[in-house]
Amino acid sequence: MEKYTERLYNGIVKENPTFRLMLGMCPTLAVTTSLINGFGMGASTLAVLAFSNLLISALRNVIPDRVRIPAFIVIVASLVTVVDLLMKGFVPSLYAALGIYIPLIVVNCIILGRAESYASKNTPGLSFMDGLGMGMGFTIALSCIGAVRELLGAGSVLGHQIIPDDYHISIFVLAPGAFFVLSLLTALQNKLKFPSATNVKKDDESTGCGCGCAGCSVGCTDTADSK
Amino acid sequence: MENPGITSYNVSASPHIKDSSSTSDIMRDVLIAMLPTTVYGIWQFGLNSLIVVVLTVATAVLAEYLYQKFMKKPSTIRDLSAAVTGLILALNMPPEIPVWIPMLGAVFAIIVVKQFYGGIGQNWMNPALAARCFLLISFALRMTNFTSKRLGYDSLSGATPLAAQKQAADAISSATAGAASGGYTLMNMFIGRVPGTIGEVSKIALLIGAAYLLYKKVISLRIPLAYILTVIVFTFVFGNHTLTFVMGHLLGGGLIFGAFFMATDYTTTPITPSGQIIYGICVGILTSLFRMFGGSAEGVSYAIIIGNILYPLIEKMTIPKPFGRRAKA
Repeated sequence: MEKYTERLYNGIVKENPTFRLMLGMCPTLAVTTSLINGFGMGASTLAVLAFSNLLISALRNVIPDRVRIPAFIVIVASLVTVVDLLMKGFVPSLYAALGIYIPLIVVNCIILGRAESYASKNTPGLSFMDGLGMGMGFTIALSCIGAVRELLGAGSVLGHQIIPDDYHISIFVLAPGAFFVLSLLTALQNKLKFPSATNVKKDDESTGCGCGCAGCSVGCTDTADSK
Repeated sequence: MENPGITSYNVSASPHIKDSSSTSDIMRDVLIAMLPTTVYGIWQFGLNSLIVVVLTVATAVLAEYLYQKFMKKPSTIRDLSAAVTGLILALNMPPEIPVWIPMLGAVFAIIVVKQFYGGIGQNWMNPALAARCFLLISFALRMTNFTSKRLGYDSLSGATPLAAQKQAADAISSATAGAASGGYTLMNMFIGRVPGTIGEVSKIALLIGAAYLLYKKVISLRIPLAYILTVIVFTFVFGNHTLTFVMGHLLGGGLIFGAFFMATDYTTTPITPSGQIIYGICVGILTSLFRMFGGSAEGVSYAIIIGNILYPLIEKMTIPKPFGRRAKA
């Protein structure tokens, strides 16, 4: 049982995909204009991630090694289609706000990264928990960034206005604000010396994925506990 | 110690330049050069602009001091560069702006744009202009509201001559637009009896300051001249071919202020002479493009910032050939 909860802790804190691994930067920067958008993006990614990990892990002995990437993509794309249609049907306003970034979950490097480095090597149960943990880590990170941007840029939290109109720094809900908030959070993290993809040495592979999306085919989890 | 006569000389590597000028001297000269237009702006726009100028400069210096104290770095407030940044930012503000807006901008300029990239000489973008654009995007309405009760322009729309000219050009066909720059005479634009930011209105005060900088050799004429001439040629060719239209672009907005005081920042402009001319032309073309075909009337800030991003490329392109080296085959 401890192995399963450890996966959750690993995804949320130890290897948080946004703050530690620096993965999935595109949706992180693009859709975190408000708390609800960030949360919605995180939650839909969570659903896809958990079930893609489960399916890929279950099929890991069937999928031939040489065509594993296309096979993973097909599985992920099917799940994204399910999420896409569900959101379109049940939360149309959130669906409209997230726009193209819902279909783009297919190519989210967190999902492919976890499939490649974890789900294809571990049991379905553990892989599902790993997807759940990573998805929750992503959701929390996106919600945090979204909350900061919404508060500063639109003066509200979850749509409830707190700061009067006159004092909104609206650049924070625009594209530059995403970079400001993310870079300040990362700078803070570097200052406090939390390990992340940007401050560990190349040979010290405590996060494994230090070289960004492309480097994700290396096994994150194999080396993660070595430090 | 075979040759004691030579070892006793401590010779540094060339170039052996002997000059007493320092960063603080240059920054002091820049501050002096901006004094005429600051005084004019405060005299014309009244108390609020004085508060804006004083508090923005103070905030910039304080932000630099506190950041360096907090980060345990040697303090550089004595070189006056933070004061210059604060003053340029303050002079870029509309006269009736609530003072917390430029103060926020000063903190952004010093901490985010300047110190995060390593402090003086390391920033890749003019801090004051970056802050102005930050504020312009965030508080668009108040940053473009140039009404001034003191000047008596609250009854009018309070548009700068440049904005008035653009409105006219957009409303009517461009053939008749340049006839009058929104009712402001050239003389008023030159002296500064027009709405605008605190520091950009009085062209004569700006030119006095620029002459001082040129006399003290703090800036050279290459960038400002290339910049201004490009704008004149561009607006003449692509405008309606009238002198009034060109003069409106020359005197109606922040061109003179930008060309002499903001486009000549040492850190963010090329150091090679030919590079400076190319830089001036680039910024001039961008300014004219933004002003004539863009959404807003003014384009100096964005043009200079984009020029700042281009300058390493321009510098790379114009590296001078050392004497005696053969040209590439």
